[in-house]
Amino acid sequence: MLRYFLQRLLWSVPTVLLVAVSVFALIRLIPGDPALLILGDRATPETLDALRQQLGLDQGLTVQFIAWLGHALRGDLGHSILTGEPILPLIFDRFQVSFAVVLPTVALAGLLAVPLGTIAAWKQGSATDIVTVAGATLLLSIPTFWMGLLILLLFGMRLGWFPIVGYVSISDDWLAGLVYLVMPISTLVVHEVGGIARMARASTLEVLRLDYVTHARAKGLSEARVLLHHVFRNAFGPTWTLLGLILGNLLGGIAIVETIFTIPGLGRLLVEAIFARDYPVIQGCLLCISLFYVAVNLLIDFVYPVFDPRVAVS
Amino acid sequence: MKLRFNLLAGGSVMAIVAIAALTALVWTPHDPLALSFTTRLKPPGSAFPFGTDEFGRDLLSRLMAGAGPSLGISLLAVLTALTIGITLGVVSGYWRGWPDRLLMMVTDALMAFPGILLALGLLAILGAHMRGIVLALGLAFAPAVARIMRGTVISVREREFVDASRLMGNSELFTLARHVLPNCLAPIIVLATSMMGWALLAESALSFLGLGLAPPAPTWGNMLSASRTFLSQAPWLGIFPGLAISLTLLAMNLLGDGLRDLLDPRMRGL
Repeated sequence: MLRYFLQRLLWSVPTVLLVAVSVFALIRLIPGDPALLILGDRATPETLDALRQQLGLDQGLTVQFIAWLGHALRGDLGHSILTGEPILPLIFDRFQVSFAVVLPTVALAGLLAVPLGTIAAWKQGSATDIVTVAGATLLLSIPTFWMGLLILLLFGMRLGWFPIVGYVSISDDWLAGLVYLVMPISTLVVHEVGGIARMARASTLEVLRLDYVTHARAKGLSEARVLLHHVFRNAFGPTWTLLGLILGNLLGGIAIVETIFTIPGLGRLLVEAIFARDYPVIQGCLLCISLFYVAVNLLIDFVYPVFDPRVAVS
Repeated sequence: MKLRFNLLAGGSVMAIVAIAALTALVWTPHDPLALSFTTRLKPPGSAFPFGTDEFGRDLLSRLMAGAGPSLGISLLAVLTALTIGITLGVVSGYWRGWPDRLLMMVTDALMAFPGILLALGLLAILGAHMRGIVLALGLAFAPAVARIMRGTVISVREREFVDASRLMGNSELFTLARHVLPNCLAPIIVLATSMMGWALLAESALSFLGLGLAPPAPTWGNMLSASRTFLSQAPWLGIFPGLAISLTLLAMNLLGDGLRDLLDPRMRGL
């Protein structure tokens, strides 16, 4: 068991290193002089030199990378070119906002979709199954940016149930904060339910075909017991992995929902930094979101043996 | 039966969208760019079937004119991804060795970035214009193509007819082009169809965030983005472009499923 954990941990080291190299390489891949590009009209020989020095562009590549990595490891991601703020605290603040959207989304979508997909598979070919599959395919074809607009239009504007602009953090006032989160979370849940339900259905179908399920039924066990004790534990693995991938992907694409519902999260920070060519902030956002993605997948793999101890043995 | 429905429904919607996009090159009901302050925010009616926007421009004409850029960028992005991905996948799958190890390392790193984030990062380097978007999406999708191509080439190159071709004295390049590549096409065609859907979705999302083609040139994504200001007065501005994107996506998914069933019978029913 310990061997499995250590192995998974070691596997993620090269990934993290390569992510760091890619993010570091970003600013060096910009065609032309990054300092000139960032400063634009404000460029004078003095400001250019100062910025090149600040970005470390006046040194060799290896030296630059080691210096950058060293700073990053100590939590120093530099300062925003636009506002001069230190980047890590800025990202941390924005991350909390986005995380309050992303985590409940995955939890809710999983709680809704896993039973739905399992029941659809159990009743394969029935009306429930057909409606679930058709509904899931349809929901997957509706992009979040349109679903968000429709939800905003119906529940925010027509019915007036939820506020359409502004944001209150749940750490300041949890009840008011919750009200602002209902529409963005619903938007994402509606989209993700489709994918998770399809995965849960497909993996349950695979397991239902196996001999030991027939055997369990032949022993005279109730359907509920067969489904919960014999089928579910074996079928849940792939869905669990998908939930982790969704959590990471949601954070990567969170800018869309944050734009629709005016939420000041990490996604907006990244898009605004791209507009402003604020490269240190872009690098910081990309690094943090990717590391979050790697960390979530690692965590998912760590918990996996709880459902399926076989992975830890082989 | 289901097979035919997927192909037929997906194919007909795609045909309608393609015809609309081609027609828009020569004719639209109204000028998609002409400003007219007398016809601002008109609801759908006989003169303007889908209504008008805040500048009095006909929404149907703009949807037709936007189909070309939206689909064109997606298509170019997929072609870019295929060109890069197939080349890398074939080199690493057929010749193995250090190019293979290097490629796997690079694709591992690129795939560690979640979905659209990689495209956003690349767009930050390349700039938000047509060439930048095509390259960013193409590069973001290329690792997946390379992976699948490599896997397919590896399994095909071990087959007897490949050995037979070598034994007959054919050169490596001839064997590759004549015997290996044609047998790798099916999974790539299936992947390319679903990739068209991802590309359209990503292009619309980037446009929606303001990182796509700049207005006044219409794309479905930037029309949807612009609709937000007037959504309560003119809901049709948000409804029709979104409907166009969703229907096209659904059609591409159906077409992809249909092609997969047709070309890869092992995947049928999953």
